[in-house]
Amino acid sequence: MSWRRAVGVVLACLFPLVTIGAERIVVGAKIFTEGYILGEIAAQTIESHSRIPVDRKLGMGSTGILFESLKSGAIDVYADYTGTLAEAIIKNPNLRSLDEIAQALASLDLVISRPLGFNNTYALAVKETFAAQYNLHTIGDLLSLQSTIRAAFSYEFMDRQDGYRGMLDRYQLSFNPRMVKRMEHSLSYQAIGDDAVDLIDVYSTDAKIKKLGLRVLRDDLAYFPSYQAVWVARKAFVEKYPNEWRALLTIDGTITEAAMLEMNAQADIQKIGFEQIASRFLGAERALTDTQWSRFTHRTAEHLWLVGVSLLFSILIGVPLGIAAVRFHAAGQAILLLSAVIQTVPSLALLCFLIPLFGVGTAPALVALCLYSLLPVVLNTFTGINSIDARHLENARAFGLSKPQILFRIVLPLASPTLLAGVKTATIVSIGTATLAALVGAGGYGAPIVSGLALNDVPTILTGAIPAAAMALLAHGVFEVFEFLLVPAGLRKRRFST
Amino acid sequence: MLKLEHIYKTYHGKSVLTDVNLEVAAGATRALIGASGSGKTTLLRVTLGLIPFEKGYVKINDQALLSFRHFEWADRIGYVPQDGGLFPHMSARQNISLVPKLRGWSQARIDARMEELRTLVGLEVAELLRFPYELSGGQRQRASIMRAAMMDPPVMLLDEPMAALDPLIRRSLQQELKAIFQRLGKTVLLVTHDLGEAVFLAEQISLLHEGRVLQTGTYRELLARPADPFVTLFINAQRSLPDAAAAP
Repeated sequence: MSWRRAVGVVLACLFPLVTIGAERIVVGAKIFTEGYILGEIAAQTIESHSRIPVDRKLGMGSTGILFESLKSGAIDVYADYTGTLAEAIIKNPNLRSLDEIAQALASLDLVISRPLGFNNTYALAVKETFAAQYNLHTIGDLLSLQSTIRAAFSYEFMDRQDGYRGMLDRYQLSFNPRMVKRMEHSLSYQAIGDDAVDLIDVYSTDAKIKKLGLRVLRDDLAYFPSYQAVWVARKAFVEKYPNEWRALLTIDGTITEAAMLEMNAQADIQKIGFEQIASRFLGAERALTDTQWSRFTHRTAEHLWLVGVSLLFSILIGVPLGIAAVRFHAAGQAILLLSAVIQTVPSLALLCFLIPLFGVGTAPALVALCLYSLLPVVLNTFTGINSIDARHLENARAFGLSKPQILFRIVLPLASPTLLAGVKTATIVSIGTATLAALVGAGGYGAPIVSGLALNDVPTILTGAIPAAAMALLAHGVFEVFEFLLVPAGLRKRRFST
Repeated sequence: MLKLEHIYKTYHGKSVLTDVNLEVAAGATRALIGASGSGKTTLLRVTLGLIPFEKGYVKINDQALLSFRHFEWADRIGYVPQDGGLFPHMSARQNISLVPKLRGWSQARIDARMEELRTLVGLEVAELLRFPYELSGGQRQRASIMRAAMMDPPVMLLDEPMAALDPLIRRSLQQELKAIFQRLGKTVLLVTHDLGEAVFLAEQISLLHEGRVLQTGTYRELLARPADPFVTLFINAQRSLPDAAAAP
């Protein structure tokens, strides 16, 4: 009886969450300051011209993820750069003109706007003091330092054809590989600020160039392509919402390099919120308090949905697997080993594997979470059943109980304290892990954490981290109640017996 | 009437039971006694239909085990496991009503039968509401006997019913068990390693040794006319207490 009740309780908890997802326009953004600001500008522009609610999926990782999101319809529009589009999406870095790029994207059912007004190209930067010491002005000047200079380059820069390698070829440079580190972009600024490295790659509109007193080395051989910012949208979106798309096009040409650098500085240095920066730029100060609240509730719903659904599936898959592991010894070891191996795959890597299979957004996040919460469920089901006194099982057979009757009336209830402890662990772990879902655009409390990390902005991180921690605590309490409802009374009180 | 005819059972080529014959008349109480390793647990599992065996028949009222489906057979043997064997996650009441519920008995019928058995074994209503860990050893045994008797089986099978009880409780429960068996009027097979218990509860004793029934008879018969030197050895081993003088 308690098992039917268990399923009932879980379903009842999940039901209110099923109602997310009416008609919405979804704006995406790359996970760095400028991406967030442009995302906010797009979102607010649409909001001021349209009654359709706008969803912000900002901070979605790299170009590949955003492109997949556009294709799958998980997002409708975001801002990107012509050079990036040619290289990462069209895979033809020789396309330089806007028309050629627009044409190539049209075959992928994507539409781009005219340039927004600024060019954010790759550049190399060193500290002013360092530049003065070695008399550095151009990238070519690095030749004399190539074997000793300590460099930190972002992953994307290192791997792109129009990035690191091409640059070395063009300038006939060869850095000492042991002196070149791959680093998360926002951390490389920290590294050069602390003099841990001498040379980093930057985007030419990065606010930190100014703040840290860096000198941008001139690209005198004109190696780096032009990185004009443009809106990239799904063709279906442009056709379905022509008014909203026209509203976005009014931005074209209005964001100058100086304006962008200023907005980046406001975010990175003055720690002004993206919404406020965007609304100042658009000339409309907005009341932010109630939208922040509604954003919080929306994130909470997304987070609960991620945790709840993935947990439901990990129970539906994990408990039978645990039972199978007890029943079939060899297969059992394989099952336990496999779920342990899954646990060791870094979560970012797992998300990357899942994108080609499940696209972006909620689906890969759910699959990843489900896989992560599998181990505690399987393992505790296995342990719970294995620790049952074998005599109880034989007695049940002697009383003429059938196999399903033994499973549901004897085995599962006796294993329920251990099993429930496993589900509890899985829940608390996946509340934490679900914050990573923001990297693939699944939202939740991870969104502010990811954007806060990109900005090195602790208060923003905390707006995601604190609710996540609170949710974990709450889950702990909820499970105390579940334990009371689901674990048979005869086992509950056992710990007090002699 | 419970009848075991020419039972043979081997484990991994080693024979555990060899030509075991046992016949307990209707209403009689028989003790099956043997040292550990004698095969009595195997014989018990064979009788319950829990394990296959190579040859022979197990019959209740001349109907063979193999002609029943497992649960039908289970309903014909009321089994009282060692130490009661109540499921720890169910109250005594839930333990007792488990099988009748699965067989589709109405609640009224279950309640009536339970009340009848409750007075017979001498448990309080409140005691039935408790969980196994809240009951004394003797109370657990009684609840277990109620559970075994619910389906009104012709045969009852008890596995070491007293083994886990302390000596004083043991003495008084033995008295009551005897009375309960008489009141129930069942054919009872009692598996034990304790000769005193066997002598007290059963009219006849079957001594199992190395997978064979060496002798069946009353205690006096076993004592006076042992069929095998081991019978005397076994009886003497059980009777010998340390000499008062030799005790430290």
